[in-house]
This record gives sequence, C-alpha cells and structure tokens, in this order.
Amino acid sequence: MKIRIRFTKHGAVRYIGHLDVMRYFQKCIRRAHVNVSYTGGYSPHQVMTFASPLGVGMESEGEYMDIGIDDEHPDTGAILNALNEASVPGIRIRSVKILPEDAGNAMASVYASEYEITFFEDKKADCPDKDKLSGLIDMMLSSEKCIYHKETKKTSRDIDLKEFIYDLRMEDTEEPVVRMTINSSSSDSIKPVFVMEYLMNLADIKLPDNALKIIRLDMFTQGENGELISLEDVGI
Amino acid sequence: MSSDGLFLSNDILMSVEKPERYIGNEVNSCIKDPDSVRVRFIMCFPDVYEIGMSHLGIQILYDMFNSFDDVWCERVYSPWIDLDKIMREKHIPLFSLESQRPVKEADFLGITIQYEMCYTNILQILDLSGIPMESKDRTEEDPIVIGGGPCTYNPEPIADFFDIFYIGEGETRYRELLDLYEKMKDEGKTREEFLIEAGKINGLYVPRFYEPSYNDDGTLKDFRPVVDGLPLKVRKEVVKDLDDTYYPKKPVVPYIRCIQDRVVLEIMRGCIRGCRFCQAGELYRPVRERSVEKLLDTVYQMLDSTGYEEVSLSSLSSSDYTHLPELLDNLIVECEKRKVNITLPSLRIDAFSLDVMNKVEDIKKTSVTFAPEAGSQRLRNVINKGLTEEDILSGSAQAISGGWTKFKFYFMLGHPFENDDDILGIGDLANKVAAEFFEMVPRDKRVNGPISITVSTSFFVPKPFTAFQWAPQCTTDEFIRKAYVCRKGISEQLNQKRIHYNWHDADTSVIEALLARGDRKVAAVIKKVYEKGGIYDAWSDQYKHERWIEALDECGLGLDFYAFRERKDDELFPWDFIDIGVSKAFLLKEYKKAARGEITSNCRAGCSGCGAAAFGAGICPGAYKKT
Repeated sequence: MKIRIRFTKHGAVRYIGHLDVMRYFQKCIRRAHVNVSYTGGYSPHQVMTFASPLGVGMESEGEYMDIGIDDEHPDTGAILNALNEASVPGIRIRSVKILPEDAGNAMASVYASEYEITFFEDKKADCPDKDKLSGLIDMMLSSEKCIYHKETKKTSRDIDLKEFIYDLRMEDTEEPVVRMTINSSSSDSIKPVFVMEYLMNLADIKLPDNALKIIRLDMFTQGENGELISLEDVGI
Repeated sequence: MSSDGLFLSNDILMSVEKPERYIGNEVNSCIKDPDSVRVRFIMCFPDVYEIGMSHLGIQILYDMFNSFDDVWCERVYSPWIDLDKIMREKHIPLFSLESQRPVKEADFLGITIQYEMCYTNILQILDLSGIPMESKDRTEEDPIVIGGGPCTYNPEPIADFFDIFYIGEGETRYRELLDLYEKMKDEGKTREEFLIEAGKINGLYVPRFYEPSYNDDGTLKDFRPVVDGLPLKVRKEVVKDLDDTYYPKKPVVPYIRCIQDRVVLEIMRGCIRGCRFCQAGELYRPVRERSVEKLLDTVYQMLDSTGYEEVSLSSLSSSDYTHLPELLDNLIVECEKRKVNITLPSLRIDAFSLDVMNKVEDIKKTSVTFAPEAGSQRLRNVINKGLTEEDILSGSAQAISGGWTKFKFYFMLGHPFENDDDILGIGDLANKVAAEFFEMVPRDKRVNGPISITVSTSFFVPKPFTAFQWAPQCTTDEFIRKAYVCRKGISEQLNQKRIHYNWHDADTSVIEALLARGDRKVAAVIKKVYEKGGIYDAWSDQYKHERWIEALDECGLGLDFYAFRERKDDELFPWDFIDIGVSKAFLLKEYKKAARGEITSNCRAGCSGCGAAAFGAGICPGAYKKT
C-alpha cells in the first residue's frame, strides 16, 4: 500500500536542499510513528519516493512524496495530523491520499510544475515593472520559437523554450507576478529561471543574481488526453 | 533581517556553501520570548556547524539551561570561511541561530573548548561578534565570556580572552552562577564586582584576578590571586550521581548531515585504564556509570523525539561498562523492532564484542578496530596500555573466523622512552594479523576478499594532567624520521601488500603541544596568528604552519621551551593551580614507573591512590554507592 503526501515548504526551511529534505522526512515519519514500510537487509530504508526536487531557496505549495505503508486500511487523516505534529512550522502536510495500485510513483509520473514568480524587494529597482514585463511576455508568446542556451554541468545546447512551456501569464495584481506552468519531467525539463532570463534578454536587461522569489504552486502528471492532472488528484 | 526572520539576507544565504548552517529552525531547537527571560545565554562550539552540532556536552547544557524558566539558551558556531569573509567585508555581526540576533546582545557567551587547534576560532567568534578579544577591554555592554571543556584544564594560553573559566562538568554550578548574576544585576553591581563574586564559586576561575610571575629561565615562579577572597586552587566540578542529573531527552536535530547523525547515549564518564599519555583518562576521574534502567528510558525518549535511525553508545571505553551485556540485550531487541541501527565505538575486541558486532552490523561493511597505541609490549607497558599482543592476536583471530576482513590499527609515534625497535614492532604486529588470516582462511574460503589492514599513526603530544606532562616532545624532523622507520618496517614485512599505512601531520602536533602546555605568554602568539588570518587551524587544508612559526618569532617565544624540553620534577606548571583530584605526586610516580616500564593496575583491579577518591563518587573506594 502506498500513500501520496502533499506538503508545503516556506520561510527559513527553503534553504534546505533536496537530499536533506528527504533525510528530514525519514526522521519526521519516525517521530510521527507512521507505519512506514522498510526495505530488507542490514540497514533497512524507508520505502519513499519524491517528485521533482525543489531548488534551494525556492518555496512551495505543492511538493510530493510517496511512501509505502504496512497497513491495508491506513487512516490518512490520522497520518496527516501525526506528521504535522512532528514537523517544523515551515513544512506543513496539506494532504495524505491513498495511491491506486496502478498509479506511477511521484518521481516517474511528474510531467509539469506550476510556479509563481515575483522579484525580491531589494532587487525590484533593477527589474522590469509590470507593464514592461507584460509586454515581454506577449512578445514571447507571439514568437514562434524561443531559443535558449541551456548549460548544465555536462552538456550545453540550444533548446526551444516554447516546447516546454504550457502556460505563461501575468497575474492581475498591482506588483508584477508571473505564473508559469513548465515541463519538469525527469527526462527533459526546464527551470523557471530560464524563462525569466529569456524575457529579460528580450529587453536587454541582465537578471540580477538572486532576484527571483519563486514559489512552486503544484506539480502535475499527464492524463490520457494530454491534460494536466495535479499529482494530488491521482490519489484517493 | 530578511522577511523569513533570518539574520542573513537571501543574497548572502544563496551565495554561501550550505546555508542550512545559519538558519536555525531545527526540530527541538528552543524558542523563547526574550522578554520572558532574565538571562540570555549563548553556547558556542568554535568550529563549523556540522562539527559543533555533534558535541554531546553542548546538548546537555542547552537542555539544562532551557529547562530554567528564566534563561534562554541559544547556539552559535563558527561561520565557514566563505561567510566569514562576507561578514568581515560587510561588517555583519555574528548572530545566534535561535533568535537570529547579534551575539553581543546576550548576557553570557559560553564557549566549549574541545581541542587546542580551535583557539584561533575563539578569536574569530569574539571578533565577528564585536566583543573585545581581551577580557580587560570589555565593558558593561559585552556578554560575560565563559570557557569550558577539556582544554580549560590548562586555560593559561587563552586566559586573556575569557572572563570566567568553568573547570569541570557543567551540570553542577551554572544555576548558582546565574542566580548570582541576576541578584547582582538587580543590585546594580558592575561587571567587575560580579566577576569577583563569581570567582568565589567552586570550579569557577576568573583569570584576570590572578597573576603569574616567572623565573629567569622562563618557567613559572609563582601564581596567585591578586584580589582578596579568591582561592589559591580551583577544584574541578564533578557530577556525583549520573542518574540524577540533566540529559537531553529532546536533542536538536540538524537538517544537514553532521558528524554525529544519531542519538548519542553516554553510558559512563571517566575511564578505569589510566593510559599514561591520555588526558581524558585523568580529567574525568572518578569513573561513574549510568544505570541500565535510566539509559533505556532515556534512549527511547530520545529516539521518539528525534526520529534518528541510529544510536551510538558513548564513553571512553565501553567494554569497561559493567552492565554492557544487560544494556545491549535490551537495546538490540528494541532497536530491531524500531529499525534502528546501533553503533559501538571504543569496544575492546573480544568474543563478547564480536558477537555483539555480528548482531548489529554488516560484517562486509564494517571493520575491526584495535588501538594498541604502541608497537611493542615494552612500550605498551611504558604507556600503561593494558593490551597485550596475545589480546590483540586472539581478538583478530576470532574476528577472522567470524568473517571480518577489514582491520584498523591505531598507534602513536614519539612516546617518551620509545626506540626504533618499538616502532618496528608496529609492522611486525600488523604482519602477524595478516599471517593469521592466510593461515586460517584457505584460498577458496576467502569470500569477502583478502584481509586489508590499515595502520594509522599520530604523533604524541604531551598533555597537562598526564604522567607525561614532564616529557619532551619529539621535533618535527624526529617525528618524520619515526614515520619513515615505521613505513620502512611495514614495507619489509612478508604481507606488506595487505597493509596500508598513513600518518598524521607533524607540524600541527608540535603546535598542539605548545598550546596544550603553554603559559599566559602564549596568548600573544595566538593573537598574532589570528591577525595573520589564521582560523580553522584544526582543518589541515586551512592550517598554515608558517603563521605559527612567524608569530612565535615575533613574540620571542620558541617550541624548544614549550614543546621539546623535558620539565624538571619540581617545576611549577601553569595549570598546577587547578585541582582535578588526581595529584601531581601520583602523576610523577607514574612518569617514573613509565621510565622503568612498570605498569599500574586499572581502577577496577585495585585502587592506585591517584587522589580522585576525594570526590567520593563512582568506582572509588569509600564512595557512596546506590543499591
């Protein structure tokens, strides 16, 4: 039996890296006395899978992990309460759902992520205002290809961002707030900063270091007809 | 302060390695309303977070202080060199993890001093906090700076930097000190007046009210208080009953992986063995044990509150804990249920310990460790290491038949009265263990591969309050020659291909000796090294020997005097004003016995009259024992 846990990450804990979040939950699950399944052997590990890792410094409303449970009828409400009780204020459990037998695990099935992006207060002066940014987004949406030079530790190549963007828009707020849904599958993905850098480039603005306040809102899998389904809605 | 309540800006946190070191907010960290407490106490381990967070002593005191309603205890560690640089450039003061406020706002800054090579980091902490480095320059605006831990048994090289030293175990006298502080604050008394009264509490030493005088040859002539009412001798503090004291049931759980990423259960304090090079073995006398009942109750609470998946039993020599089988029987059963691993450092290898290791560890992944410390029986008698070649070879034979193939051996080079034959004994011993393997395990039975033996040597550093406190240390050249003799001795063995040899750095060992047995004059050297940019001297990649040599020259001091010289029997030592229970006469007798290669029995086999019985605790004859 597997359950899917949706959690949020806000405040100081956003500086905790992905591997340490995994280690954090291994301990949190033990503190909460959740009946988690273990692998065999001399050093048993909890059966646990995380969806796409969140970058250090980002916050989130929609992080996911699947864990094995040694219980055919787990009380998801009780698990949610116990985990929240054992967790720090910056990490909250939003939902616990039973995962159907045929559901893919969180890591394999994640396809896209939705982000909300604003500029940090102390960097706003060096970033475009709402109207300017709005214009840049329109420019990007209306062009056929958006070539971005993607560099990783191993490779460096040109990609067309448009193939990776499913939604990109300005929120109707006073301050500039960008929302985007982009590919974050484990095979081929982009980061929100790629899109923001591309937008700035269009106006010949260099994006200042650490200017973006990024919140991941949710993660999605792809339905049969290509529609995006929140990972949370896969569970029951 | 950033919007997350953090002291450092997002820009800085995103630009340093491991920002998790600086954000606090860990599970079980203690947050109090600063307006609801009367005293703010900040505990510091002057090294990087992952090292400092692994220290049990701070966890015990953190738990104790925060159990007091009128006190808020927080933590601070040395910023790593990347953040250190930024803080200096941008004039950002050092801050504590819990409140994320400047250290300077606290009433007390307590620094635990676990090894000599962290002395420059103490100055880093004070400097970054904006606290004057020397006690005499501090004002009513500065926190009271207290030092504690093993290095404070010779506090003199760092005496100028501290307002108070707490000599001994922290559980006993802090309440009294805090009460005094609150009372004198209410009465509007000055810092100076408070420090004088603090110096009258047993175990507390206020260095600025004591003055040394020196002989023409540089040795200490006299050392006494210059303020009325302060004691001539400061006696260490001891917890008499380890079952009736503080122990952290909810230790802070770090986010990043620390050196001790597990529950640490201290099963006893002190060691019965009395190895003549070992400072801890004398400082923590008398040996006191915790009861199995209390330990089990504590460890399960700790596992529940932390979620750790591993527990480690801690002591100087766990095999000497009298109730070890009973403790382990219970622990192994319960930990298997909980899927918790057990690790057992400092176990003597014998049938019992191998049986336990077999139950709790994967033989393929773990190694069997011996610490003979000296290569020949003659020299093991000199250092009073109660471990014979027969013990080692029968232990290794049992381990080999149990399936272990990885062996580690720890030795020291440069013991007093050592000769080259003793060093060659190291290779001989390792070779004998390898030969055992090839004799005992036929080729087709070597399923875990052939035996692999790692021999490590460190260099002997004479320490205060040991039998070897009079002894000369080898020069760096002599150390390197000895390491060469050892390596050559190993390479000439028949099974040399199965033996890997590595040795520690000699340069830091002589500086460690300078700091360990130094006097107040050495403070100037430490300050100069710090001013030359020296911090993190305990890290070999940060350590720069030239800084220390230059600083010594500039101060007109030398290693010949502090490290390489044999002290006269009747020399007055800078640390002689501290009373650890173990008498100087006993230690001198031990030094003379060492020269003759005579051994002294351990505390359990029979009392040797070291003097620690005066505390009336633990194993000592006449001590009150619980039934």
